[in-house]
Amino acid sequence: MKHEELQTALAGTGYVADESLAMALHLALALGRPLLLEGPAGVGKTEIANALAEVLDTRLIRLQCYEGLDAAHAIYEWNYQRQLLAIRAEAADEEALFSDKYLLKRPLLEAISQDVAPVLLIDEIDRADEEFEAYLLEILSDFQITIPEIGTVKAKARPIVVLTANGTRDLSDALRRRCLYTYVDYPDRETELAILNKRAPGLEARLATQIVGVVQALRREELEKKPGIAEMLDWAAALAGLGINDLTDDRTAVQATLVCLLKTAADRDAAPVEVMDRLIGKVA
Amino acid sequence: MPVTRFPTRATGMADRMAGFVAHLRMNGLKLGPGETGDALAALGHVDTIDPAQAKMALRALLALDAEGWRRFDDLFDAYWFNAGKIKEGSASSHVRTQSARPALWQPHLDDTQGGTEDSAEMAPGLGDGDAEGADGRLIATRSDTLNKRDLRELMDEQSLRDAQAAARKLARAIRDRRSRRRKQGRRGAELDLRRIQRASLARGGEPFDLYHRARPDRPMRIVALCDVSGSMTVYARVFLAFVKGLLDVDTTADAYLFHTRLMRITSALRDHDTLRAAGRLSLMAEGFGGGTDIGASLTAFCDTHAARALNNRTVVIVLSDGYCTGSPKALADALAGIRRKARRIVWLNPLLGWKDYAPVAAAMQAAMPYLDAHLPANTIQALAALEGEFSRL
Repeated sequence: MKHEELQTALAGTGYVADESLAMALHLALALGRPLLLEGPAGVGKTEIANALAEVLDTRLIRLQCYEGLDAAHAIYEWNYQRQLLAIRAEAADEEALFSDKYLLKRPLLEAISQDVAPVLLIDEIDRADEEFEAYLLEILSDFQITIPEIGTVKAKARPIVVLTANGTRDLSDALRRRCLYTYVDYPDRETELAILNKRAPGLEARLATQIVGVVQALRREELEKKPGIAEMLDWAAALAGLGINDLTDDRTAVQATLVCLLKTAADRDAAPVEVMDRLIGKVA
Repeated sequence: MPVTRFPTRATGMADRMAGFVAHLRMNGLKLGPGETGDALAALGHVDTIDPAQAKMALRALLALDAEGWRRFDDLFDAYWFNAGKIKEGSASSHVRTQSARPALWQPHLDDTQGGTEDSAEMAPGLGDGDAEGADGRLIATRSDTLNKRDLRELMDEQSLRDAQAAARKLARAIRDRRSRRRKQGRRGAELDLRRIQRASLARGGEPFDLYHRARPDRPMRIVALCDVSGSMTVYARVFLAFVKGLLDVDTTADAYLFHTRLMRITSALRDHDTLRAAGRLSLMAEGFGGGTDIGASLTAFCDTHAARALNNRTVVIVLSDGYCTGSPKALADALAGIRRKARRIVWLNPLLGWKDYAPVAAAMQAAMPYLDAHLPANTIQALAALEGEFSRL
């Protein structure tokens, strides 16, 4: 599949990917390398994995990283309770106790023991500890996991790995070098309009232009948390739900719906009626 | 766009790609020898006739971080389209690699530097006159030529980096406070036998439900208040680097800067964009290098930020020399207020490392009863040595 075809296929699932992202995904598939996505929150990094899984018609296996994530929660764990029961029932010898039956597969082991290559999403890798990152390196290069009691499990089909990060901590160069890299930024006006049209097809063209214009302008203001694409879609849904067809019509209602876009008290204060009037006036 | 004409000895794609990777490496991207082969393999999967596609493919492969991603376009054009100042045929193997990556945060406050230099010379007690009594001051290595030398030179990047490194260590020492007690935990290192036995009664004596015990983490928070008034000017850059180091390790740490007013600088110091961070800091540091009013600044802290910033697991670090034009009473009251809410107050004083220094200034006298520790911080070594002190606190 060429990258334009991939781009079209992604658009078919409702994900508008720009060309360089499509190219990176295409290469990730072609070269079998993991893809690392960085960028601000709310630009659709996680969504890419969903769309990709849908395009390839395969499973999405997700590992959400957090501080203190350990092997037992990322790779595998023994089902101690079942093992104990089996011992009491004297139905199992030691060999049988450490078999697949008593193994709880966590996302990483799950991903490499699939028959069809799944999409493995490792979300917010920068939240996990450095030790975990080092362990991940081994899995990402060999696609095999060693379980002392059983042996080495090799991947039947190489999963397609997508990692996301948003700069909580610097990732190691070793991890970066193993991955393809794409920086996903806030979309430009046309792309964002395309996204909005894809996700909310019923929206009036005029309102859609206004929404995208205001959100783009808001991102240029000094805000603590800039509104992402998800926020923009929420806002569009809210406006549509209230039956607002033009941002200039019902200013109080529009101001009230800003809760969809601005998520901190400081940001709410930074966008009072006057500022919004100015922004809306520009795009109207 | 003119396509680069490669010299005849650089034959074939592989050679040119090696040159390109070397070109990127020279421009600070961290690439290994393996990347050349990968790049050629990647080009096998795209329509190589179209330079835009080749660019996108190589960018996904060779850019390792956001910085490289942004610069890639220019670097690509410079090499393949001769747009830059690149020497032709750089496909030789002996390319000088630029090792150190650009220092993260060196240009902070550069914009205000003009102002600070002036005030540095006016600063009382910190000029060359005191050089002999001030062994190992931050600036003391070449104190004889001090008045001729630019402050920036003396405060070289290395010492800023050292200060940051010292701060990181310190912050780790403070933060790592595991409790001695064990509490029930979802995934502790050990089993909680009493609880398992008790629960086994309900299962006919089977130890069926497993309970764990763990040592709960009780991390300390750090709140740093950094004095950047006139008398502190020579230390300000290093101390700000130190504070940045504290913030690097601890995502909950909080930093403030004060002279006659108080400002929160946490988000500015956390800014990944170093240029923007420098810009924001210099905006905030308006009045940087002026007078000091520690009392009023700390009172402002108590009134506004303290409720959120302080809890009984907070270490408050004040970096100041204690020379204050405000009333000592206000300072004492403010410290008493902080004391009630925070676990510890530590005062790092650059003057304390000096010979014959005694905290006789009125403000220092007023502050002393409220401090858990009053420690010297006049050299990088002194900053690094604080780690031991802090783990004892």
